[in-house]
Amino acid sequence: MCLAVPGKVIETDGITAKVDFSGNILNVELSLVTAEIGDYVLVHAGVAIAVLAEDEALETINLYAEVEDCLK
Amino acid sequence: MITLQEMMDKLKYYNGEPVQFMEVCGTHTNSIFKHGIPGMLSKNIKLISGPGCPVCVTSGNYIDRAAEISMKENTVLYTFGDMIKVPGYNTSLSAAKAKGGRVEIMYSPFDVLNLAIANPSTTFVIAAVGFETTTPIYALLLDKMIKNDIHNIHFLTALKTIVPALEWICGSNPNIDGFIGPGHVSAILGYDIYKKACSKCSIPMAVAGFEAEEIIAAIYDLLIQSERKTSDVHNLYASVVTSKGNPKAISITDKYFQAESASWRGLGSIEGSGLFLRNEYSEYDEDSRSIGVDEKQDQGCLCGEVIIGKVTPDECPWFANECTPSTPHGPCMVSIEGTCGIWFRNGAKKICK
Repeated sequence: MCLAVPGKVIETDGITAKVDFSGNILNVELSLVTAEIGDYVLVHAGVAIAVLAEDEALETINLYAEVEDCLK
Repeated sequence: MITLQEMMDKLKYYNGEPVQFMEVCGTHTNSIFKHGIPGMLSKNIKLISGPGCPVCVTSGNYIDRAAEISMKENTVLYTFGDMIKVPGYNTSLSAAKAKGGRVEIMYSPFDVLNLAIANPSTTFVIAAVGFETTTPIYALLLDKMIKNDIHNIHFLTALKTIVPALEWICGSNPNIDGFIGPGHVSAILGYDIYKKACSKCSIPMAVAGFEAEEIIAAIYDLLIQSERKTSDVHNLYASVVTSKGNPKAISITDKYFQAESASWRGLGSIEGSGLFLRNEYSEYDEDSRSIGVDEKQDQGCLCGEVIIGKVTPDECPWFANECTPSTPHGPCMVSIEGTCGIWFRNGAKKICK
């Protein structure tokens, strides 16, 4: 149930936004985050709950560095 | 830098002390099976499922109450889709709908807002189920309702918090060597919040994303930590999770909800593990506290033991025999994130044996 999906903000008035999920454009509540046009947000049940760090939103390569960092 | 292949080799050929890692979140369970991860692990590494499927831990009394509400005049009950087939003790929401109850599925609780404005003489009751990921959404909706003077949406709450449940579990199942931390609950809560419980229970945690490589990295992290006998909390989902979480979501939840004891299906009452609307907002509460403690447990269904990792689904004599997704006896077989249903749909006997 805690499923959340990342999408890109394409339009916003600061309270709600139009978010592009691979071509599906949905209205999303934006009040719980601070996001601008172009940001990737993580959306759960119609509400953005987190803004994704841009570099890491698109790739997980840093994951391996994170594991090593954590286990140092 | 370590490579994915090296991590996978370590997990495949590990022949040290047998270890059991619990994935707390039902979305992880789903992803673990979808990617065939149990088949990539040495027989000395076992993954067990945890309590993080909100549908599975919602009491049977609650479902019976929600079904009753749907039969009331001028009332519509809105629920997330995965609740609809879950059996209560007397009925289910789909059975209530078949008998004329008004049960509708929502994608977002905000779907209900415009309907409530357009139909002021109808009461809309939201079956507000979920963990910390979902609770801020109900709080945000209530905030908008109050600002817009909307009074015909009520909340029937069964909201849970994960940390008291983890502490309870480590007290009742001593054979857990690590937790795969929930990704999206942690997006809200941050990862610092787990440190006290993990240290107290001497169990490490790796907060993980939901892709195969992210879960493999988390299992690898826990394996190394269990070899080193550390119980640190590591964040391997840094694109989403921070140490303190989402402050706006935490503060709006705290404004409208307070922690109290809550009933977990199959487990009983756990102190401080539920969130209820504060008394000053009781006009929006559909009398949720009166549902009370779930004393009537499912007879014969082992769901309560599955969600604390004491048994695996195939150890239940009903599993895949009389209990299947089309003839479910308990919530774990019904929910999309229920462990039994996930095992069944993925032909688990072949994968895990």
